[in-house]
Amino acid sequence: MPAPIRLRELIRTIRTARTQAEEREMIQKECAAIRSSFREEDNTYRCRNVAKLLYMHMLGYPAHFGQLECLKLIASQKFTDKRIGYLGAMLLLDERQDVHLLMTNCIKNDLNHSTQYVQGLALCTLGCMGSSEMCRDLAGEVEKLLKTSNSYLRKKAALCAVHVIRKVPELMEMFLPATKNLLNEKNHGVLHTSVVLLTEMCERSPDMLAHFRKVTQLSSSQLVPQLVRILKNLIMSGYSPEHDVSGISDPFLQVRILRLLRILGRNDDDSSEAMNDILAQVATNTETSKNVGNAILYETVLTIMDIKSESGLRVLAINILGRFLLNNDKNIRYVALTSLLKTVQTDHNAVQRHRSTIVDCLKDLDVSIKRRAMELSFALVNGNNVRGMMKELLYFLDSCEPEFKADCASGIFLAAEKYAPSKRWHIDTIMRVLTTAGSYVRDDAVPNLIQLITNSVEMHAYTVQRLYKAILGDYSQQPLVQVASWCIGEYGDLLVSGQCEEEEPIQVTEDEVLDILESVLISNMSASVTRGYALTAIMKLSTRFTCTVNRIKKVVSIYGSSIDVELQQRAVEYNALFKKYDHMRPALLERMPVMEKVTTNGPTEIVQTNGETETAVLETKPPPTGLQPASQANDLLDLLGGSDITPVIPTAPTSKPASAGGELLDLLGDLNLTGSPGSAPAPQVAQPPFLLDGLSSQPLFNDIAAGIPSITAYNKNGLKIDFTFERSNTNPSVTVITIQASNSTELDMTDFVFQAAVPKTFQLQLLSPSSSVIPAFNSGTITQVIKVLNPQKQQLRMRIKLTYNHKGSAMQDLAEVNNFPPQSWQ
Amino acid sequence: IHFILLFSRQGKLRLQKWYMTLPDKEKKKIIREIIQIILSRNQKTSSFVDWKDLKLVYKRYASLYFCCAIEEQDNELLTLEVIHRYVELLDRYFGNVCELDIIFNFEKAYFILDEFIIGGEVQETSKRSAVKAIEDSDMLQE
Repeated sequence: MPAPIRLRELIRTIRTARTQAEEREMIQKECAAIRSSFREEDNTYRCRNVAKLLYMHMLGYPAHFGQLECLKLIASQKFTDKRIGYLGAMLLLDERQDVHLLMTNCIKNDLNHSTQYVQGLALCTLGCMGSSEMCRDLAGEVEKLLKTSNSYLRKKAALCAVHVIRKVPELMEMFLPATKNLLNEKNHGVLHTSVVLLTEMCERSPDMLAHFRKVTQLSSSQLVPQLVRILKNLIMSGYSPEHDVSGISDPFLQVRILRLLRILGRNDDDSSEAMNDILAQVATNTETSKNVGNAILYETVLTIMDIKSESGLRVLAINILGRFLLNNDKNIRYVALTSLLKTVQTDHNAVQRHRSTIVDCLKDLDVSIKRRAMELSFALVNGNNVRGMMKELLYFLDSCEPEFKADCASGIFLAAEKYAPSKRWHIDTIMRVLTTAGSYVRDDAVPNLIQLITNSVEMHAYTVQRLYKAILGDYSQQPLVQVASWCIGEYGDLLVSGQCEEEEPIQVTEDEVLDILESVLISNMSASVTRGYALTAIMKLSTRFTCTVNRIKKVVSIYGSSIDVELQQRAVEYNALFKKYDHMRPALLERMPVMEKVTTNGPTEIVQTNGETETAVLETKPPPTGLQPASQANDLLDLLGGSDITPVIPTAPTSKPASAGGELLDLLGDLNLTGSPGSAPAPQVAQPPFLLDGLSSQPLFNDIAAGIPSITAYNKNGLKIDFTFERSNTNPSVTVITIQASNSTELDMTDFVFQAAVPKTFQLQLLSPSSSVIPAFNSGTITQVIKVLNPQKQQLRMRIKLTYNHKGSAMQDLAEVNNFPPQSWQ
Repeated sequence: IHFILLFSRQGKLRLQKWYMTLPDKEKKKIIREIIQIILSRNQKTSSFVDWKDLKLVYKRYASLYFCCAIEEQDNELLTLEVIHRYVELLDRYFGNVCELDIIFNFEKAYFILDEFIIGGEVQETSKRSAVKAIEDSDMLQE
């Protein structure tokens, strides 16, 4: 058989292939040749064949049949073989392969080889990809080599030890004695790798860290001073051609030392103090004209910010970052922004000084720089600079890439809410965001905005006018349309009456308003949720508009047969309102009250207000003709728009996390998500789980006021209803009543509905019952939660109505509950 | 450093060094993805890319892209220096190195890398020492 072709020859041949298919053909041919050569156990050419195989592997072709051959090469006595063998092992024999462990013995032998270059190969291979078992087996050998005087081997052994520790952290102890002398070396390679080893140990084990902070080294000096000394020598020493990079002596070592110092100085006053001087020295003396110098400065800044440095040093560090920001080199700017982001909470004022530069970075072309600049900008917004910053950020929102828009919009909303100088400005800002990036605004921003608008009572006319104008031209941006529809529904009367004070009132007729809402309903671009908003808005206008009620009736009845179940349900219910319950319509569709914004302790404490105000509410549910909603109370609340869960916005913590963007996501993610009134999902869809789940079984408040006695509210004909109370110390106007209905008769009570009404000064909310059947013989209960808002702390009174089926006949009863214990309302 | 990739402007891989274990398929996927990301970046952007939980640091020398994947706490600017040092080592060894040298002598490129970096960490900061070690090893070859 002719000698297998040489490696270079093969490479040359393959490169002449013009198509992928041609290349594949050549490769296959060669592979076949190599395979047969392997089968023949040809020792002479094995090396060549494996090398060729490795080349083909790099091109992407399978090479697993060469694995065993690599092992054979490693075992060979020839250096050339070993070299290729180990290379092949590193490329083909990672620890996931079965034959990986077979290497162990070879490596062990080679670690003790007489030639240092062979030992080097073994150390390198072990250090790059040794498995945990292999590391365990060979750690002892590595440790031995760590103590050798041969610096070539010592440095490799050190990095090998690092790998062993990474794979098998328990073995760390083993290398501790050997580290004693490591820093006494003159050889930079050994110094560098030793610092890496020490860093790894300190990072992984607090015990090690403590040990190294205090231990007395051989020459009676501690680690920190020793490192400081080495660093100082590097800086002060003259030109050393061997380690010089652009005028700086061994920057790699300098940076690693700085990093180790950082770990040693973190949270430790003594160590930090010992390194203050050298850090100042490095920070001021390093050349900044080249990347090398900046790399060192960067590491220095990171170290200064992380240890307990004195304030002068910190200011120095931030100023360095400020200078970085002005640098033309993008990489430097990038690095500066990243570091500033990390330090913005702790050194807020210092970073503020560089605000204008940061804002300029928003206009940079590099995506990563823009993102960091954006996050940093949000972190820097405060009461003083909010107007200017917002202008810049809104401009940024306009022109940035789509992937930023959602985060930017959320950030703007949050910042606007915290620092808005005036309500009008706030509304304007929101409008701007909605119109610029409307489709990117997060869904849960919509309820927030609606609440905001509701609360700015004097701005209603202005707001609705602006929103109306905004969607006149373009109703494709869903969040904008949703907010606009809701507002028009609520404040449509203000719109047509032309009452706007803040700007020129526009002349709008009722028909025009209905036109736009209908277009939203019809449009293909409108999402289902948006349509829901529009329909409810139209319905609300039936009480606010005077001349177009018939038109509204028509629209509503059309949608009674809509394919969309949600729309259909709403339309039918609204229809029913028109027909059978017209007397209730005005009350139900009244203007929303100002919603309460409550700080939350977490998901368990959520206060809700329903949509009703002055009139006493009888939470009845007109049975919708032909529809069977599973939980009737939900529908009722749906109708009233009362099941809206007040978007609870936790007051943002004063210490902002490094990435304002990330924090925003978390905040909004925590919010209770069902949309604003009128957009509650179809009752079959689970309400946010924790809301209802928590209610029936767990106490709602984290800090329950001392136990309030429960009462029996009703007890007749075998039906007994008990009330238990919970109140929160932090929110004393809310009382949560859990009713338990039990049935002591011999037959079940079915279709049980509990309704309640309270006097005018109270607000009531009824949540869904656990079921509608009370089993007989007290074998089970229905539980239902009522929330009562009692801001005036008046005496609680309640009228209840019970309807149920029992023994084949429908039963109904009215009762008054007067025996509320004082603790439940005082 | 988690891994180092060298690839041409046409997206052909010239060298791959992995300092962590991954299945072959995964590696291929990552390579494809990263080559695509980096080749699509223009001159005006920085040399750093956030990728998954790592940072990619890359630099172009003539027709070759050198790309390192580093961890969150590693110094990006220093990594640029690491890349530059590797190129210098190649240059010293081959004498005015060009892409063809690396193509035809890929195993040497690996050997040089292995004298400079082990387990993702720099082992030798002296150019002279690193190149000398390779040359001495070459002498040992039969």
